Amino acid sequence: MIVWMDQFFVLLRNWLVGFLPVSLQGFAGVLLSVVTIVLLFPALFALAVWLERKGLGRMQNRLGPNRVGPFGLLQPIADGIKSLTKEDIVPLSADAPVHFLAPVVLVVAVFMGFAVLPMGRNMVLVDMDAGLLFYFAMGASTELAVFMAGWSSRNKYSLLGAMRAVAQMISYEVVLLLSSVAVVMISGSLSLTKIVEAQNHYTWGLPHWYIFTPWGLAGFIMYAIAATAETNRSPFDLPEGESELVAGYHTEYSGFKFALFFLGEYLAMFSISGLGSTLFLGGWSAPFSFLTWVPSWIWFFSKLMLSVFVFIWMRGTLPRLRQDQLMNFAWKFVLPFTLLNLMVTALWRFMGEGWERWVVCSAILVVVYVVMARVSLYKEHIRPRRYRYAD
Amino acid sequence: MLGEGILKGMAETARNFVGSYFSAERMTTVEYPEERIAPIEAARVFPFLVYDTENWEAGLRCVACQICEKECPPKCIFIEKSKDKKPDAIGKPQFYPTRFDIDISVCMSCQICVEVCPFEAIKMDNVFELATDDRFGGLLLDRKELAKSNEYYHGIHPTEAARVDARLAAEKVKADAKSTAAVVASAVKGAERPAPPAAGGV
Repeated sequence: MIVWMDQFFVLLRNWLVGFLPVSLQGFAGVLLSVVTIVLLFPALFALAVWLERKGLGRMQNRLGPNRVGPFGLLQPIADGIKSLTKEDIVPLSADAPVHFLAPVVLVVAVFMGFAVLPMGRNMVLVDMDAGLLFYFAMGASTELAVFMAGWSSRNKYSLLGAMRAVAQMISYEVVLLLSSVAVVMISGSLSLTKIVEAQNHYTWGLPHWYIFTPWGLAGFIMYAIAATAETNRSPFDLPEGESELVAGYHTEYSGFKFALFFLGEYLAMFSISGLGSTLFLGGWSAPFSFLTWVPSWIWFFSKLMLSVFVFIWMRGTLPRLRQDQLMNFAWKFVLPFTLLNLMVTALWRFMGEGWERWVVCSAILVVVYVVMARVSLYKEHIRPRRYRYAD
Repeated sequence: MLGEGILKGMAETARNFVGSYFSAERMTTVEYPEERIAPIEAARVFPFLVYDTENWEAGLRCVACQICEKECPPKCIFIEKSKDKKPDAIGKPQFYPTRFDIDISVCMSCQICVEVCPFEAIKMDNVFELATDDRFGGLLLDRKELAKSNEYYHGIHPTEAARVDARLAAEKVKADAKSTAAVVASAVKGAERPAPPAAGGV
């Protein structure tokens, strides 16, 4: 029964595919999985938008949407109908084919990332040996879509937004990758299923998730920062900063193309949360050994939604950074610290089992964190400005 | 320490998030069409004309002096002055407006008409639900629609209305005294010969 629940979707797919001739079975199975992913995550997107609007409202002591349906639950449907029926405007001077392609490329690239994410035991679309590499390759191509959108719109706000987005995404892509490399160093595999397996064992009922090690915690924090920047979420939402750039790179998009950008943003958030939980939070493994009877996919999706909630929480809390603060933070603090974390991970790997490595690694990380926060983000005390030439 | 402020902020928003489900006084939202709050006394939307007696037409304080029409910055007031005079609420013969229109699609609620009116005849209303599907006729209010009683004025702006009433009463007392004095003076004048003007240009 427990196995049946755990493998429900796999068994369902195999049963459905069983009706077809053997030559078609492989193809049909993949097709079925793809369709499920393509339908499931937009549904989750609708839910997340509702959660975000409600959550943000509550964080600001407001009610949030409550008019369409019970508790405003039908709000995403109303929004969807609205964006579908809106006129699709393409600016006269825009590069029409590129303008059309940009949202499509974005959504396709983001969807590709889901292919290698293990969403449960045996529930991965393509169990690639270099899954992590594939994921980052796909993640990097969203930058192309963003720049296509900004460039083809021929609008100064779009272009500025796209420039910001590309600068930001490239800076933080480095951090994202390097913080994941630590995981690869310990688990010894680029395959995401193997990484989950490596974390899926228990001591005294507690899991061996990488977040529960000094290097894993540091790596996870750096990963979370980079993921927030990578998905253009607040406080790193400069590319679409409403107060300065109208809507950034998707200023000139309306109707369903705009909805696709919106969808792409949320899908990127889901997939990067999914990857984060796969790398550091044990993917689909249960948080306690006595909870292993709960189906693995429930754990994966609850971790994912929890991460999404943290994204929303951060958006409700933090104000937007300035461009120079963003770059300083990336290159002067996050990147050096991630590089250090790589070395600490190596140390952890070669110090062998025992309590010594816990003490040494934690001490290094904490001391460097405190010192670096003071040194690298040190600012001169701001005094009243003196105008030398006006005296 | 770096990150401390972020954690504090996160704690604050978390407190808001949880607190909003438990304490009603955190939620300041008034769900408008179903719930309403009483307007504050100084609230103002569009002007209306005050009348004194039971009859709105006879009791209008407006004497069609057209100061407000001239002062109105967006020119939303249109007044037609009467040819004849009619006794006003006090009984004094006055001109009156045969037409007094305010186009509230033009009015910007600046209250300048109220400030310039020497007769306390035009005041600000606080009715704001004036949406209509007729964008021309529906938004052009004539004098019948604009006329509201002094009691209504007392109802919406009690302090201001009391002050206005006191001022009008004082003015009336003064005017009465003046008119009796004038009556007395003319009676006296009738009895004696008027003295020739003092020798100005000899």
